[in-house]
Amino acid sequence: MHSKTIAELAAGLKKGDFSSEELTTSFLQRIKQFDQEINSFITVSEEHALAQAKAADAIIAKGNATALTGIPFAQKDIFCSNGIKTTCGSKMLENFIAPYDSTVIHNFNQAGSVMVGKTNMDEFAMGSSNETSYYGGVQNPWDASTVPGGSSGGSAAAVAARLVPASTGTDTGGSIRQPAALCGITGLKPTYGRVSRYGMIAFASSLDQAGTFTQTAEDSAMMLNVMAGFDEKDSTSIDKEVPDYTANLNSDLKGLKIGLPKEYFGEGLNADVAKVVEEAIEEYKKMGAEIIEISLPNSHLSVPAYYVIAPAECSSNLSRFDGVRYGYRCDEPKDLEDLYKRSRGEGFGDEVKRRIMIGAYALSAGYYDAYYLKAQKIRHLISDDFKQAFEKVDVIMGPTSPEVAFKAGEKSDDPVSMYLSDIYTIATNLAGLPGMSVPCGFANSMPVGLQIIGNYFDESRLLNVAHKYQQTTNWHKQMPEAFK
Amino acid sequence: MSLDKNDVEKIAHLARLAISDEDIPGYAKSLSSILELVEQMNAVDTDNISPMAHPQDAFQRLREDVVTEENQRDHFQEIAPAVENGLYLVPKVIE
Repeated sequence: MHSKTIAELAAGLKKGDFSSEELTTSFLQRIKQFDQEINSFITVSEEHALAQAKAADAIIAKGNATALTGIPFAQKDIFCSNGIKTTCGSKMLENFIAPYDSTVIHNFNQAGSVMVGKTNMDEFAMGSSNETSYYGGVQNPWDASTVPGGSSGGSAAAVAARLVPASTGTDTGGSIRQPAALCGITGLKPTYGRVSRYGMIAFASSLDQAGTFTQTAEDSAMMLNVMAGFDEKDSTSIDKEVPDYTANLNSDLKGLKIGLPKEYFGEGLNADVAKVVEEAIEEYKKMGAEIIEISLPNSHLSVPAYYVIAPAECSSNLSRFDGVRYGYRCDEPKDLEDLYKRSRGEGFGDEVKRRIMIGAYALSAGYYDAYYLKAQKIRHLISDDFKQAFEKVDVIMGPTSPEVAFKAGEKSDDPVSMYLSDIYTIATNLAGLPGMSVPCGFANSMPVGLQIIGNYFDESRLLNVAHKYQQTTNWHKQMPEAFK
Repeated sequence: MSLDKNDVEKIAHLARLAISDEDIPGYAKSLSSILELVEQMNAVDTDNISPMAHPQDAFQRLREDVVTEENQRDHFQEIAPAVENGLYLVPKVIE
């Protein structure tokens, strides 16, 4: 049962092959059996899940089920969940129980889905290896000595180990696509503004976007159907019609124009990863796609610009953690300033403090123009590169990550080398474009992801392009031996 | 840009973060290396480029100036570290 996709499980529920309660129980059992090996969950909400499953079974019995009714899945622990702990991977929120639901969780509740728990993540989504979590690192199910990627490392590892059929994530600079690639599953980051950020703990508000981890593109489409849409409560939500993302999955790819940015295949890309990605592109040629070499000439500036914009926004967003209204508070503060400083100093981990300080510095008097304003101008250049590319091509492809999963501890003492593992994903966030990572093979026995970048609100096409590939290949069906 | 001990102390104060003395050299080193990465931006001429704040150049939506939120003070204060009579408690500010 655990290797089935959402589409298969939904069909089984509909036919009455099993109930949601049986399905949920079997995944909860797998979490109990296997999660001690990978640490992908921070909270398992067993009681809540079984109650939701029973309610879903009643809806199914009445014939009122929708596509995801009764399907178990996990939420990244960044989405506020009413009555269930939301830690964001931080000591700061160790005992935080949100008094309301995020819109994403609300939407899944409305769909009758079953939340089995909240997944581990880098603290406040800041990291590319899941090693900054206060609740311990996550192990990659393909090789426990390696990282699952980050920041949504727990969500990716849980789906890769088939502890849940699907999970949610957030992607600010690659935090869905990079862990999806490193764990050998399908990850989708929609267009900025497509999914509501309400109740999703903010890291960098102009970049953050919620998305999905699934086995297949078809499942991603089913998930996005529930998640996408305008929300009054998110001031940057875009009021645009939501199509049925499953409708165009099977469209023919003949004549599809695929752009390959030469900057994504140059120095820094592991040769074995490059070979696997090139083979995937050959597969698209066989399907009738046209390959066009393109250039995104300002790509090399994306990491530098991002590490001004994201920390600047984070230093502002995280100022709300003050030890006064919720979250961690230090013992016996001697005055108000001591309360602020020690609550934050003790409640945040190293990487979060580093980014807050970079942001505070970049925004401080006398430095704003040189850093923040400069970075926003560079952001414009990067965005214009994509605009020009999409005049010539329908989608852009390349590797998701320059290498396969790296060893735990390998980059944790060197922030800059860690930052560079998102070198192919960050530009997409700066431009606000949608992107996916699709499993496309293995290098040194570890999964490799093919990145597919689309134009604004072109998620249907991205999902179509990924789905057709998954109809002719079986990389997405591979799962790690130890979890079979 | 290389940051020294005084810079780190100043920034930590701006960000209201207590940093222990023994951690300062580590932060000075890592923050300096991040700034070095960031300064690759300086090689590009951006004089005639406008800054980009939102991917779709969207504007802040406006709405009628009416109350839309109900008062949930008691509910929200259930998770506060210290409250009394509906007020958040902090160390004494005024003598």
